[in-house]
Amino acid sequence: MHAFVTQFWPSTIDGLTIGSIYGLIALGYTLVYGVLRLINFAHSEVFMVGTFASLFTLHGLGITHAETGFALVGVLILMGLAGMAGSGITAVVLERVAYRPLRKRGSSRLAALISAIGASFFLQEVFALRYGRDLLSFPPLMNKTVLFHIGSGQVRADKVLVVVAALVMALALDRFVNGSRLGRGVRATAQDPDTAVLMGVNIDRIVMITFLVGGMMAGVAAMLYGNYFELTQYNVGFLLGIKAFTAAVLGGIGNIRGALLGGLTLGLIENYGGSVFGAQWKDVIAFTVLVLVLMVRPTGLLGEKLTRARA
Amino acid sequence: MRRIGLPDVIGPISDRWSRLPTPARYVVYVIAIVAAFALPADSIGSFMSPQSDWSAILFYPIGVYILLAIGLNVVVGQAGLLDLGYVAFFAIGGYTMGKIGLSLKWDFWVILPCGIAAAAVAGVILGAPTLRLRGDYLAIVTLGFGEIIRITANNLNFTGGPRGLSGIPNPPSVGSFSALQFNVATTKPFYYLVLVMIILAIVLVKRLERSRVGRAWAAIREDEDAAEVMGVPTFRFKLWAFAIGACIGGAAGVLFAAQTISITPEDFPFLLSSYIVVAVVLGGSGNLAGVILGAFLVAWLPERFRGFADYRVLAFGGALVLMMIVRPEGLLPSRRRRAELAEGTGGMGSLGGGVGGAQTQAVRIEAVETDAVQTGAVESEAAP
Amino acid sequence: MTESAALLELRTVTQQFGGVTALSEVDLGVPEGAIFALIGPNGAGKTTVFNLITGVYRPTAGSLWFGGAKISGKRPHEVARVGIARTFQNIRLFDNMSALENVMVGADARHDSSVVGAALGLRRHRREERDGRERGMQLLDLVGITRVAEDTAKGLSYGDQRRLEIARALATQPRLLLLDEPAAGMNPAEKEQLGVLIRKIRDIGVTVFLIEHDMGLVMQVSDRVAVLDFGQKIADDTPSAVRTDPRVIEAYLGAPADAT
Repeated sequence: MHAFVTQFWPSTIDGLTIGSIYGLIALGYTLVYGVLRLINFAHSEVFMVGTFASLFTLHGLGITHAETGFALVGVLILMGLAGMAGSGITAVVLERVAYRPLRKRGSSRLAALISAIGASFFLQEVFALRYGRDLLSFPPLMNKTVLFHIGSGQVRADKVLVVVAALVMALALDRFVNGSRLGRGVRATAQDPDTAVLMGVNIDRIVMITFLVGGMMAGVAAMLYGNYFELTQYNVGFLLGIKAFTAAVLGGIGNIRGALLGGLTLGLIENYGGSVFGAQWKDVIAFTVLVLVLMVRPTGLLGEKLTRARA
Repeated sequence: MRRIGLPDVIGPISDRWSRLPTPARYVVYVIAIVAAFALPADSIGSFMSPQSDWSAILFYPIGVYILLAIGLNVVVGQAGLLDLGYVAFFAIGGYTMGKIGLSLKWDFWVILPCGIAAAAVAGVILGAPTLRLRGDYLAIVTLGFGEIIRITANNLNFTGGPRGLSGIPNPPSVGSFSALQFNVATTKPFYYLVLVMIILAIVLVKRLERSRVGRAWAAIREDEDAAEVMGVPTFRFKLWAFAIGACIGGAAGVLFAAQTISITPEDFPFLLSSYIVVAVVLGGSGNLAGVILGAFLVAWLPERFRGFADYRVLAFGGALVLMMIVRPEGLLPSRRRRAELAEGTGGMGSLGGGVGGAQTQAVRIEAVETDAVQTGAVESEAAP
Repeated sequence: MTESAALLELRTVTQQFGGVTALSEVDLGVPEGAIFALIGPNGAGKTTVFNLITGVYRPTAGSLWFGGAKISGKRPHEVARVGIARTFQNIRLFDNMSALENVMVGADARHDSSVVGAALGLRRHRREERDGRERGMQLLDLVGITRVAEDTAKGLSYGDQRRLEIARALATQPRLLLLDEPAAGMNPAEKEQLGVLIRKIRDIGVTVFLIEHDMGLVMQVSDRVAVLDFGQKIADDTPSAVRTDPRVIEAYLGAPADAT
């Protein structure tokens, strides 16, 4: 317990940072689950492709050392756009190839989940075979300046960027789903696909947009992850994906605000837990949280929202 | 839906098979067992595995994968529960063998039941709180459980940490038969051992399938709520499926550890769980012959075609997607399972078909009713 | 109202879902050995009553009693073992199992052989399998569909599926059989046969509780009829008395939309 006290502020800061990334990825799970009631198992690979897209952007721009000022902002934006494009396109292609044919003939959801797992392996291996199975490092793009301290915790610029960007993106998504015409289509489809069709909603288009938007959120997360950890790998998505899914369940699957809240909560829990039991137990803690939430409160912290009227 | 050529061949064969008189079927079984015992012959090995020791491959991966697939099939194929962390039971069996064999110096035959029991207990501990979850949640939770076991083995000194356990004793040799001398230099005896276990597992699973247990599992897959109302204690039978699957996985783990002598957490990755899922699904979940064929292919193809080994996961991934699109029932499906998977029953409801497959039982019931009352659906559909 | 000889009793049962009240303080008593019918307009809460009895729902208030023992709070499979079986309004057979297997699932509710017994092929298990098969065939014979015993359930005709559901329910050896609109979708000749079958079931000692829209059938077979309207019981009497009850006529029979 002593470690918990001395490490409280550093754990809090790290927890919120990684939690923001979980939250952004969780948005993709939550959106797709809300509309299709499918765990998009390959969403972790959607994220992985985003990290590679971000990395290649840095290579393409010839970045070798830290940038500052407008150059930094410009590069970050380009990186983010590349990540969103890479992840968004991957998600849409995934839907077309691995899910739509199953959806069209009303296959079992077991079949869809297996297809998702297959797609996940396929994508991982494409990148493993092309770029190797070792860790790939990002060139340092950002000076990890310490802005200020809270207790013993250092508030670093790159961590602030992660948290702020995640909040902004989640807010934008919330506005999109609740405020736009397309967003209404998404909500209508989530609640009652049959009626939505009768009301003239083009389900295929809505599903595509759901995957696209979820993918783009993962793309932003990928950019932030790359900038923060400066590493990626063909299987970088595996653990992050499961944790992001945990975050989505924790917040209440189908619930956009819940996804972010779930991400932050999970990030904090695993970092606090890690400070007590040792960092090597973080993953075990996260999985345990998943099991406990599903047992005790399967509807999550904020309840399920985007899902069907409750059936 | 489009079907790839095979079903036209398989359907009539399986029909004819089921019409064969019992004695004729037993003759076929005996021939199959004799053939299986003759498999390690060099003449077969030179074709099946020109590059490496054929009987070694027959034991691992082929034999062990088949045993694991038979066990997982009870969970996935029979009870319709997707378990993505099956490797956990394999690991528990393996570590039980390693730990007890090293510290207490018991021999294999005593540890085997311990490993099976340990895995069964783990199965019940995992299953009891989670088997009320909707099917897709269960899949993720089991995946998490598999990872917890692996990471825990990696973190604890008790299990040897990342370096694992080594110097695990082989099973004691039996008499002076050369086929029963278990040591590092020989591989055939281990193959015979796994073969015997496979045969026992098949007998066990077949008996259950044809009993009230198998009927209960089938009923649960098709309509869990109706099964419950007809007096099937659905939760208990799902737990049994989990425990039986775990037992077989644990037995495979004990055997594996006793042969390889050293085990590390890296022997039990998520990837192995998914190989076994692929084997079950590829072969035709629910049908033992299909599952065995699936496991054989998954284990043997990469060994036979070493150039292909790098691409094995890629190919499996692609095959899974393709399979689900064109032939979700697998290569050799059971007749019942084929229909279920195609029409979206089979445990989890259909994709985008508006099927609720809701949360825990309690929440689901409430949900259905709320929805029904609101739309008046409970009673309105009748009025002729 | 509720007689002391009632096999099944609902005591001031209220069922709410969210803010909606599906049943409000309903008392019902099903006399042993009777054919009891529950009628009422769509949405009156009839199927909710069945779901309460079979343990699919738990009552918000009130309690349910069967043969003198409380059953509210039991899980569905426990209720089945106590001796209550049902059919479903929208047929819910195990589609890909044969007709006989469907019935055997029901018969298994009375079997005690364990998983271990099945695995080892113990004597009791073998005896129960034989017994389940025999009893299954007898019941298929009772409802008149032995000819399709080996066919998969989903391949059966609509009328045969309804019969199979009844056979499956009877296989659990119930003291009380709940039939949820068994005549739905049947032609007059089939309804006639159904009436005969329901009487036959009562005569072998099974109390029958029937939800039905078809007034002809209800009046023909029932010993007693209760009427639900908007979740409240408005009548509970002999068929002829209910038929002339002004409240019933107003609520149900008089409603032109419901001239079934």
